[in-house]
Amino acid sequence: MGLVTPGLGLIIWMSISFLIVLFLLKKFAWKPILNSLSERENKIDEALRSAQRAEERMNEIEAKNQNLLAEAAKEREAMLKAARDASAQMIAEAKEKAAEESAKMLEQARETIHNEKMRAVTDIKNEVGKLSIEIAEKLLRENLSTEAKQNENIQRLLNDVNFN
Amino acid sequence: MNFRNLSKTIAVFSALFLTVSAAFASGGEENKGEFKAGEMILHHVMDAHEIHFATLNEGTDHEKHISIPLPIIVWSKEAGFDFFLSSKFHGNHHEENHATGEHAHDELPTGHGVELHEEHAGVHKYGKYAMYHEHIYLLDEHGNLNFDDAGNPVNAQPLDLSITKTVAGLFLAIFLLVFVMLKVAGAYKKRGLSAPKGLQNMLEIIILFIRDDIAKPSIGKKYERFMPYLLTVFFFILFANLIGLIPFIGGFNVTGNIAVTLVLALLTFIITTLNGNKDYWLHIFNTPGVPWWLKFPVPLMPVIELMGMLSKPIVLCLRLFANITAGHIIILSFISLIFIFNNLYGAGAAYGASILSVAFGIFMNVMELLVAFLQAYVFTLLSAIYFGQAVEEHHHEEAHH
Repeated sequence: MGLVTPGLGLIIWMSISFLIVLFLLKKFAWKPILNSLSERENKIDEALRSAQRAEERMNEIEAKNQNLLAEAAKEREAMLKAARDASAQMIAEAKEKAAEESAKMLEQARETIHNEKMRAVTDIKNEVGKLSIEIAEKLLRENLSTEAKQNENIQRLLNDVNFN
Repeated sequence: MNFRNLSKTIAVFSALFLTVSAAFASGGEENKGEFKAGEMILHHVMDAHEIHFATLNEGTDHEKHISIPLPIIVWSKEAGFDFFLSSKFHGNHHEENHATGEHAHDELPTGHGVELHEEHAGVHKYGKYAMYHEHIYLLDEHGNLNFDDAGNPVNAQPLDLSITKTVAGLFLAIFLLVFVMLKVAGAYKKRGLSAPKGLQNMLEIIILFIRDDIAKPSIGKKYERFMPYLLTVFFFILFANLIGLIPFIGGFNVTGNIAVTLVLALLTFIITTLNGNKDYWLHIFNTPGVPWWLKFPVPLMPVIELMGMLSKPIVLCLRLFANITAGHIIILSFISLIFIFNNLYGAGAAYGASILSVAFGIFMNVMELLVAFLQAYVFTLLSAIYFGQAVEEHHHEEAHH
């Protein structure tokens, strides 16, 4: 039947034209199309990969930051503690020193007071002695101001003196 | 797959014969002016030397054909190359009477070599050539075309390189294919790596589908060298199928012509054979994992494998041809029903039948649109699978499975 008998002329035309089309399209269509498709895919792949890398790096950085923060907090805690300790120690030391000092000062004050008292007592003694002498002098002068008195005194003294 | 294809082929021919017999059954007694569905369908499906659109005043003396003549190119050892338009066959001679529907051999007188050829229905002569049922013959020294008892011409045939209807359709498909693909390739060059747009976007989906869902899984990592062929075959079949579906442009039936599908199938076969590696040939001639007595005294397995190898292109060729031809035949059959009803029951029945016929015709056209893509896909996929078998590297542990 004519329908299923391939015609030779058509086979020839088909072979020639299909091979030409195959060659033309291979060179001018499929090659640039497939090349740019794979190029674009590579680029998208690359972009996705780099985005993932960036995300990973960001996560890494965030983790590092968290670590740093935690470390900083710890350090601050430690520093605070050290400072508190130091201040407590300093206060204690200062107190001790102050107590010591105050004790020493008290001692000194006591000593000074004692010394001053002694000097004052000496001074008072001296003063009292001087005053006594002065009074005695004045009295003497009074008593011996007139001849009569002198005589009287002498008399009296003489009266007091008993020649026993 | 062979069986499926066979059943499809059977379906094609049974549909064809059904229509043909319906046509014959419709008018046993009266012949003149009767509609013959089988002839009409075959005329549309088969190749021709002109693009025929319509016949006016059919069956009358003022019959007029509206058609585009196509160039005839013939070569023979005796006459060399000849080049003329097919309209020359219908030009100066007597009024043709082939359109009245009479079969050529109805008038054939009994006895051999009787020269009644000038009156022979459907014979068109021009110069040294005669055309009979779209075949071109060389006239004998008396300028006659001779027939044998069965009504077949006995004259020598020149090599017919004419631009027939199918060749014209082939060129149209190829022109569109190259035009569209070069445009798309240009778009890639122009737009660089930015997102595809329009036609480029639409075709990119198909190209990526062929690459990622046909070539890569079927062939493996050597897929790249087969890509140009697979893409060309897919788009050629698709374009040719779609051109065959466009009405009023002449009813091209490119992929429904067995010569076209034969060339495509042969190309797949040649590429498969040229790319066959050691394992491929080993599998054919010394199939691993098969008892030796199936191979040695009587080479049963190699013969079976060789037949399998050779049947692949035949199956490819027939499947595409049968599917596309079947679609065309079924659509035409539905339309023919209108005229058959007209012959059988009169105009009223024909109007009634036309509603159903057109509905089914539209349905079939939509089906054909699907088939156009499907068959392009199937041909490409099977080609890719054959290539994959040719380049597959077997590991020897796996070979015994």
